[in-house]
Amino acid sequence: MTELKQTPSQTVGPFFGYALPFDGDNELLPPHAPGTVQLHGIVYDGAGVPVPDAIIELWQADAAGAPVAKRGSLHRDGYAFTGFGRCSTNGWGEYSFTTVKPGAMGPVSAPYVLVTVFARGLLHHLFTRAYFADEATNETDPFLASLGDRASTLVAAVDPDGYRFDIRLQGDDETVFIDFGMDAVG
Amino acid sequence: MELSTQAEISAEIAEAQRVADGTRGHPDRGFLPYRSSALRHPKQTLVRADPEEIELVSPVYGHGDVAAEESDLTIQHAGQPLGERIIVTGFVLDGEGRPVRNQLIEVWQANSGGRYVHKRDQHPAPLDPNFTGAGRMITGDDGSYRFVSIKPGPYPWKNHRNAWRPAHIHFSLFGTQFVQRLVTQMYFPGDPLFPLDPIMQSISEQSARDRLVATYDHEVTQPEWATGYRWNIVLTGSKSTRMEQEGDDR
Repeated sequence: MTELKQTPSQTVGPFFGYALPFDGDNELLPPHAPGTVQLHGIVYDGAGVPVPDAIIELWQADAAGAPVAKRGSLHRDGYAFTGFGRCSTNGWGEYSFTTVKPGAMGPVSAPYVLVTVFARGLLHHLFTRAYFADEATNETDPFLASLGDRASTLVAAVDPDGYRFDIRLQGDDETVFIDFGMDAVG
Repeated sequence: MELSTQAEISAEIAEAQRVADGTRGHPDRGFLPYRSSALRHPKQTLVRADPEEIELVSPVYGHGDVAAEESDLTIQHAGQPLGERIIVTGFVLDGEGRPVRNQLIEVWQANSGGRYVHKRDQHPAPLDPNFTGAGRMITGDDGSYRFVSIKPGPYPWKNHRNAWRPAHIHFSLFGTQFVQRLVTQMYFPGDPLFPLDPIMQSISEQSARDRLVATYDHEVTQPEWATGYRWNIVLTGSKSTRMEQEGDDR
């Protein structure tokens, strides 16, 4: 059977704000629910200027490191953790999620959340991963190890609110973005 | 800063496409005729990784997640919106032609005058009190989707002097794997603005650009009600296994 060709990407544009956000989109669990942390940061462009019109998605395993196959990503009931969240950046380029730290998915793997970045000016979304600075397995994780000095761009720092994960689209300390074998589509 | 002319942008598009790797299919993120991309694309090569278990599954959605009026953008207000009523339908498929079932599609668009509801849209075209321009649907067991709307107008923007976007509808899609996630735009056939638009032309290959253009389908058109367009979307999966077989020397 002939393989169908991928539909190309186009930018999310500037005007997604009345369409993509939904109630509770950035609360994978309600704030202050037991075991929750805040994962937050600022999206910067290549001039170091915060990006006020990006939209970030989070997709992650549960606290035990298992993917969740549960409905409720669009209509939050305050209890069901589905592993999906979405947050538009504000005027200061900031985003913030309330979530739980996921468990690791393998014995030598460090836990992480998959982060997807959409923005005006970005013609094709970017995938990256946020790891957590206080995890010893960061030292043994094969993917982080493969990145050398740039691995630090994927490690969210511990801060008083939880974890801080800034995203730099370009420039010094540019965040490592990941091609899962999807980027060239033929 | 003085804005470029359309002629300057068109010349830049031609040159960028001439040197582009035409096999990529997706846009080049650093496509400079689209001015906003200049500071918003990574300059480092993306790092190849094989997806882990989490990246090979997607959020679970169901038909209960959307209400009927979310797939009819013409019935979200007390009155009928102005403009040309349209039906847009098609299938969401993976690279092998299998349906992407029970997945969320989100759409948003300008009104018939080319104006977005978004508060930052400064285009001095009228807002339509009977049209918001946002909808959602869940794909069927055969991967099908269908919604009713109004044909959006072309939209002026400030990328360059006298810049106009071809009429388009934004789509957000989930596949069965999160790595299939796609945000894109559907266009209408025969739009004279296609060759002038740096966003559409950021896709260097004509055959790939054509995959974003719906076809008019008289079988979808309903008498004395709405004209019909058909547009299929393909979300291919990760090529990690095959790349390894081909001796990828990461």
